[in-house]
Amino acid sequence: MDFDLMLRVYPFFLKAALVTLELSVLTTALGLGCGALGAAARLSRSTVLRALGASYVSVFRGTPALIQIFILYFGGPQIGIQLDAFGAGVIGLGVNIGAYMTETIRGAIIAVDRGQTEAARTLGLSRSETMRKVILPQAARLMIRPLGVNINALIKGTALVAAISVVELTYTAQRYIGSTYKPFEMFFLAGVIYMVIIYVTGLGVNWLDRRARIT
Amino acid sequence: MTEKPFIDIRHAAKSYGTLEVLKDISLQVQKGQIVAIIGPSGSGKSTLLRAINDLDPLTKGEVWLEDMQVNKPLPPRQYERHINQMRQQIGMVFQHFNLFPHLTVRGNITLAPKMLKKLSDAEANALAERELAHVGMLDRIDYYPSQLSGGQKQRVAIARALAMEPKVMLFDEVTSALDPELVEEVNLAMKKLAEEHMTMIIVTHEMGFAQDVCDRVLFMDQGVVVEEGPPEVIFRTPKHERTKNFLRKHLQGNAQ
Repeated sequence: MDFDLMLRVYPFFLKAALVTLELSVLTTALGLGCGALGAAARLSRSTVLRALGASYVSVFRGTPALIQIFILYFGGPQIGIQLDAFGAGVIGLGVNIGAYMTETIRGAIIAVDRGQTEAARTLGLSRSETMRKVILPQAARLMIRPLGVNINALIKGTALVAAISVVELTYTAQRYIGSTYKPFEMFFLAGVIYMVIIYVTGLGVNWLDRRARIT
Repeated sequence: MTEKPFIDIRHAAKSYGTLEVLKDISLQVQKGQIVAIIGPSGSGKSTLLRAINDLDPLTKGEVWLEDMQVNKPLPPRQYERHINQMRQQIGMVFQHFNLFPHLTVRGNITLAPKMLKKLSDAEANALAERELAHVGMLDRIDYYPSQLSGGQKQRVAIARALAMEPKVMLFDEVTSALDPELVEEVNLAMKKLAEEHMTMIIVTHEMGFAQDVCDRVLFMDQGVVVEEGPPEVIFRTPKHERTKNFLRKHLQGNAQ
């Protein structure tokens, strides 16, 4: 293993890792937004909204994220959607992970004991007051860990956008292989950086989970 | 008995598919009356109780509280508003307490009064303190539910319901989930309410408590009220075979 080479190139990899981080943060934000809307739709009283939510989940979980990104980036212009690679990457990944987050958020909400809703409704709270003041504060705690799992998957998933030439970590590794002919070192280095990001994110999730735990 | 009933259940019926859980039950409760509903599990007693605040809506029949129909047929939006108003006047306590675990005792009690009656923090706090003192739990006002015993949780749940100043209180097997040594403290809190002439409807398995506290006892089985009357009659000289059987089994069980 050529450690010397790795030491020379790693600053460039770190710069690329910033793009991966940026992608991850934006995608998480978009995914949470889509997940919240998706969960609201799936739990709605309206049949139409419920069907829309269910279709969203089955379409985006039922096809490869890479295909979704390709359709958006390469196929988009055909139907009048012009996005640069980074934008297409964020939207493609975000909407995709949003489908998973929809199920995570919905699962946490329905995991709150039915008795909580009954007690709140019995006091005279409306549906929405019950959701806001009683169910969501408890569901929020339940969803921290599974959302952490979604985010973990999403960070690794950002490697997919190398395929539409977003200059993030995986793409950078491929580029350096072109000039160094050392695929083992380059992918290894990228792998280590992914692991550090995942590890630190995991610590963050643990911290949040501990803090949110009910005494 | 010419007095207008406070709670009036008229021809209540409920079925799930072909299974009839309640079969044409009518029940009038006067203001300040304390009614116990006893019967084997699956007899429909909890369903009847939960129909009073429309937690388990009836298939047929009407529930009235004073001159308001609780389960008034209205379009969904209006009904939502109507039932939220009605429920504020009907307190309920559950077998499994259903305290809000993310809120302190204080938070549990002040939540609804602050949201629905627009009480200020100070007013809501004073109310919480008063109701907790009532059930002997004032010293636990800043605890979380998870830090309380079952009996304490149930007393807080009673205080939470009372804080809405309901006209009637419904109790759904409120001591069934408690360790035997914790039952008494909850019973005492309920006795105190009874002495203050709160109108109460109590679904219970505790014949002793029903006998001590209640004005009337209803024995339900298979979705009908088989027999009803004052506790001394129902417990000492029941007329129906089913009531006798039930009581025999229950009293044997309790005697051990």
